[in-house]
Amino acid sequence: MIAILDKYPLAPHVYYMLLEAPLIAAKAQAGQFVIVRAAEEGERIPLTIADYDRTRGTVVLVFQETGKTTRLLASLHQGGTILDLLGPQGNPTEIERFGNTVVIGGGIGVAPIFPLARALREKGNTVTAIVGFRSREYVFWEEKMAQVSNRLVMTTNDGSYGTKGFVTDALKGLLDSGETIDRVFAIGPALMMKAVAEATKEKNIKTIVSLNSLMVCGMGMCGACRVTVEGVTRFTCMDGPDFDAHQVDFDVLIKRLETYTCEECGE
Amino acid sequence: MKPEKKSVPMRQQPADERIRNFDEVPLGYSEEESLSEAFRCLQCVNKPCVNGCPVRVNIPDFIKALREKNFQKAVDIIRETDMLPCVTGRVCPQEEQCQAFCVLNKMGADPISIGRLERFLGDWALAHKKKQEYTADPDTTIGAKNKKVAVVGSGPAGLTCAAELIKKGYAVTVFEGFHKLGGVMVYGIPEFRLPKAIVAKEISVLKDLGVQFMTNVLIGRTLTIEDLFKKGFNAVFIGAGAGLPNFMGIPGEHLNGVYSANEFLTRVNLMKAYKFPEYHTPVKRGERVVVIGGGNVALDSARTAKRLGANHVYLVYRRSEQEMPAREEEIIRAKEEEIEFYFLTNPVKYIGDEKGFVKQAVCIKMQLGEPDASGRRSSHPVQGSEFTIDVDEVIVAIGNTPNPILRITTPGLKTKKRGEIEADENGKTSLPGVFAGGDIVTGAATVITAMGAGKRAATAIDEYLRG
Repeated sequence: MIAILDKYPLAPHVYYMLLEAPLIAAKAQAGQFVIVRAAEEGERIPLTIADYDRTRGTVVLVFQETGKTTRLLASLHQGGTILDLLGPQGNPTEIERFGNTVVIGGGIGVAPIFPLARALREKGNTVTAIVGFRSREYVFWEEKMAQVSNRLVMTTNDGSYGTKGFVTDALKGLLDSGETIDRVFAIGPALMMKAVAEATKEKNIKTIVSLNSLMVCGMGMCGACRVTVEGVTRFTCMDGPDFDAHQVDFDVLIKRLETYTCEECGE
Repeated sequence: MKPEKKSVPMRQQPADERIRNFDEVPLGYSEEESLSEAFRCLQCVNKPCVNGCPVRVNIPDFIKALREKNFQKAVDIIRETDMLPCVTGRVCPQEEQCQAFCVLNKMGADPISIGRLERFLGDWALAHKKKQEYTADPDTTIGAKNKKVAVVGSGPAGLTCAAELIKKGYAVTVFEGFHKLGGVMVYGIPEFRLPKAIVAKEISVLKDLGVQFMTNVLIGRTLTIEDLFKKGFNAVFIGAGAGLPNFMGIPGEHLNGVYSANEFLTRVNLMKAYKFPEYHTPVKRGERVVVIGGGNVALDSARTAKRLGANHVYLVYRRSEQEMPAREEEIIRAKEEEIEFYFLTNPVKYIGDEKGFVKQAVCIKMQLGEPDASGRRSSHPVQGSEFTIDVDEVIVAIGNTPNPILRITTPGLKTKKRGEIEADENGKTSLPGVFAGGDIVTGAATVITAMGAGKRAATAIDEYLRG
């Protein structure tokens, strides 16, 4: 049983959850995820670690209510427990002194971008963060992101906050400005990551994405999370979750994410 | 007295009933049936059957105790070497092991149904289990005191190693990555062949012995092998089992509705997707399902798909029935359940609809050639023999590689080409104090071979810790 130390909404249907998990907190690094099973009947779902505190032995998850399991998680509260938590899973993001970096987060993808930006800064990189939300009411962690980036660009789809448009619009503006960019990281919906990949490919800038494929075991056994990278089958939980964005077949990923849409709506 | 030629048959659920439920198929011997079967045993002095057993269960002696109706004694004899009799009595390939060595075979009679007797006794023991039935023998603890062993993985290899070590007086902690104990016995082998409640009860016997269990701890990620030594463990046994599933690398394997057997069975068994939506993990319930492969896992997948409501389940195997590695009795049961076999057939590609869901499997006819490295005849495609099967689900059951996590996260741990951990016959690896056994060393094998490896490693660990 994992104690829920804190839980509150960050935005409509988006929640912050602080969990007591000392073993996971001790090992967690940017880019890694946990497998959550909330209750006895529950699914195992992967959630990227949004923050961790090694001293206090805690990890932070940020999730959006989209399906059965995230709705179940949303119904839990401070003082409650979740049944199972496994981690930290996956390979940590490769963090080096790249130079001028851009991190892009869309929606709840902004949460895992935070420890990534922090790690990049600690290594001495210059970090430009581009974070995008649907509209003003969905914005969260603006201050946290400001603390770990040299420059923060906020976008909303409807222009109700920051710059109007998608994160890719802001990225294209940056790419067209002639500024030298050494590496780009993107975490968010598959369509967003695909658009980022297309934009940076033209400029030949190495881009890393964190894939959100469906998972069951999350530990290199079942093969549910397979993705096509460079035309070859790879496994997100063991080979990823980070991959070279220019090698990922996003169309396969996007279709595979729809595998259980019928089952989900029929529940 | 000449023994009956025929062994006592085991009652089982009729095929038309059992394909509509997940309950166990064979129903087990009654006490009366067990006794009748036990009295067929010739009690050979040289015990040939024992040589056929990877863990050397003292078969004639337990049968003798059974005949005397001393069931507790019979169980104790089995548990000297096999702490999971309910499991091995059900899933061991006895026909290739102990029963193949039974002298009755040479007399033109059925061999003793050793597995069924073992199952009867194992089930009897669980039904009559008292709390704290077993305790470690204090005599064996001399010299072993204050030594701790970590066991990685709670499958057959890990559990057997843990049981042997606790009996020798070591403190043992088993680390399991999943939320549930039992490894392949809970995620892989279906309920209708091995009920999960029975696995849990067998494990509870180990808990009574004092074995500690920690779930949701993945060694290699949550803690490393190095961490275990830092935490005071004196030796480590790795029984991490199966890893990533093999795919054929043919077009269309990424389509929705194409599963590895590992994923399909894990969803259904471990996550109880057959009870969806009561349990939240979904699984496709295909109407026309193709299963690729000829082993026990392929048959388990096919029979599971049937129980999930498929109208047609086709089992596609590249060799002929004779070469199938699956157990014969499971092949017979699959046929009774109207699994449709395509022997000498191999898929070449899968075709999907516009949304990315599989709708056709294109297959090709095969012919047999010379024996290959495995001793089985190789198979080759027959040019121009392609044909198409309409499907809405495909399950690929062509094996898996050993689990990769420890290879990736343990410096100095030597592995072979396909990722198997290098270990000698006693499980000794390239790292001091680190032993390994089961599928992680041999690649995919059976429950009992893994148990044999766990047992040999326990002996080697004992020697190592005694210096």
